[in-house]
Amino acid sequence: MSTANSAHSVVEPSSTSKRIAGAIVILYAVITMVPLAWIFLTSFKSPPDSISYPPKIVFQPTLEGYCNLFTTRTRQTPDYIQSLGAPTSTCDEITRNRNMVIAGPSNYWPRFQNSLIIAFGSTFLAVSLGTLAAYGFSRFKVPLADDLLFFILSTRMMPPIAVAIPIYLMYRQLGLSDTALGMILLYTAVNVSLAVWLLKGFIDEIPREYEEAAMIDGYTRLQAFWKVVLPQATTGIAATAIFCLIFAWNEYAFAVLLTSGSAQTAPPFIPTIIGEGGQDWPAVAAGTTIFLVPILVFTILLRKQLLRGITFGAVRK
Amino acid sequence: MAEIRIENLRKQFADFVAVEDSSFTVADGEFLALLGPSGCGKTTTLRMIAGLELPTSGKIFLDGEDVTFNRASARDIAFVFQLFALYPHMNVRKNIGFPLLSQGVSKAEIKARVEETARLLQISHILDRSVSGLAGGDRQRVALGRAIVRRPKCFLMDEPLGTLDAEFREVMVHELRELHNRIHATTVYVTHDQHEAMAMADKIAVMNHGIIEQFGTPQEIYSRPASMYVADFIGSPPMNFLKFTSGLQKGTRSVSVEGVQIALPEVHQDLAVSELALGVRPEHIRFNDSSALRGSVYGAEYLGTNQIVAVETGKGLLKARVAADRTFRIGETVGLELNSEKLSLFDCASGRAVKSSLYTEARHG
Repeated sequence: MSTANSAHSVVEPSSTSKRIAGAIVILYAVITMVPLAWIFLTSFKSPPDSISYPPKIVFQPTLEGYCNLFTTRTRQTPDYIQSLGAPTSTCDEITRNRNMVIAGPSNYWPRFQNSLIIAFGSTFLAVSLGTLAAYGFSRFKVPLADDLLFFILSTRMMPPIAVAIPIYLMYRQLGLSDTALGMILLYTAVNVSLAVWLLKGFIDEIPREYEEAAMIDGYTRLQAFWKVVLPQATTGIAATAIFCLIFAWNEYAFAVLLTSGSAQTAPPFIPTIIGEGGQDWPAVAAGTTIFLVPILVFTILLRKQLLRGITFGAVRK
Repeated sequence: MAEIRIENLRKQFADFVAVEDSSFTVADGEFLALLGPSGCGKTTTLRMIAGLELPTSGKIFLDGEDVTFNRASARDIAFVFQLFALYPHMNVRKNIGFPLLSQGVSKAEIKARVEETARLLQISHILDRSVSGLAGGDRQRVALGRAIVRRPKCFLMDEPLGTLDAEFREVMVHELRELHNRIHATTVYVTHDQHEAMAMADKIAVMNHGIIEQFGTPQEIYSRPASMYVADFIGSPPMNFLKFTSGLQKGTRSVSVEGVQIALPEVHQDLAVSELALGVRPEHIRFNDSSALRGSVYGAEYLGTNQIVAVETGKGLLKARVAADRTFRIGETVGLELNSEKLSLFDCASGRAVKSSLYTEARHG
């Protein structure tokens, strides 16, 4: 598009400035990648390696962390372990080398599923409601629109902990404590303000003429919204969905307070993984590594929309 | 096809009156241009006819049926937007077929009608292209195609040529008029460009500050402007005004400006002493050295077939359109003769034309 070109600088940057810019980007990337690399490497270390000082860069990789993450184990006498016969899996073998046997699956997988359901459920709800609300604010004369928008935004102005106790009491009364529904509603409520504000910006950018043309072409406003506005708002919706998902996926404070059992999400669960003689760091690192995967996949799938979404306002006009 | 009638239409946004007490009728098959500067209420009028705005008061009739409060989708009208509003996520074929889809027309018929429309507009070769890559003229044709494909009661167009470059605009003016001659659809066309309006319209409504200053054929509007505003807005260069103060009696056939007697069409009303303006089109001024109305040449603009000569008189600058064969020196003293049969007279206070035989003859003939 010709309008997109106009946003670019007229002067071609020199090769020196390009190289400096590249170096800065690489440096920044390295700095942000170090903790991730640390976690990734730790997940393949044995427990003694994970706490050795100075930290080991070169080490013998093992799947012990992943095995410990997904299982619960009990300590047995060597005689008993000998009597069991050949190990049935890699994990079985690793566990036996530590004089233990696998007693059963851990809670990690159910917690991970809770995270998936709650994060994607609340993202879907927040984005759906946010799109409708943003469309309304963008297109209609809503009485006190500015005040309402400020009010919607103000729900994000305090830290979650400030409202934690009232919400805890309300949820206990309503029977929403430690339920997936309760967490979906809570994250939706928090995210809907972000969604309304972001999406209003995107929808404001879509000229009204498109809906007006569709209405003249014989469609109702709702049909025009569905067939003409939504397809053009996909970029904004995708960008908003990623932001909402990242929040809901990573949220810790409410999760630790309001869930403890069946609806517990992965973030409050991961730090509670305890091995023999303290924190089982490789298992914690393994849990974190796996926990990063869905958000990574989702972001990579939508990265085109996300990039276009972030630069949307800047490039359009 | 249908007749459009609006009665006492008024639209107020907060404390701004966009359209004030407008009434007119567009006959079946007629091409009306709503002409005026930006902010004069022409687009608001069009949007009210379309159903995109609700009037504050007044009524709109389509083919005799009161549609004032009908939804846009229920009015069966087509609208061509200034920026075309082609749906960017659909290709040309889907854009043109979109209005038919809402009417539940079968797929086979949509295909047939879209292709027929494309042939009419000579865009068959771009039917499967994406609309985002199209050139201005093709976008324009696609927008027209989307309008005519469902054979609506009438067409409303909001400055559809505004974004095209000058050269192409002339081509499109010609094409639009051709199209109108072929399908005879009732059309309301909004523009601020008098040339477009003059070239295409059967009737023109000149609007200013929400009020229709004059409604008539292009000829009427040009040669018998109802107000100083219309006289000034239409024509390039616009009508010249010679201001003077005088009282007038019914039957007067001449006035005295700067001590010079100027004959004019018979005045049909009495006027108390007030400031008046004699209106004369540039082409109704001739150079005549024996004329008593004199001035000095201020400048000349050569246009090939003719030239515009500006003459400084005691009553300000007068612009005359005369043959190109004579060369004028700047500062040269010249005599000016006005074509008496074509002169208009205006009351400066109200801006309205004074009734004279120029206007009444036209009304009866």
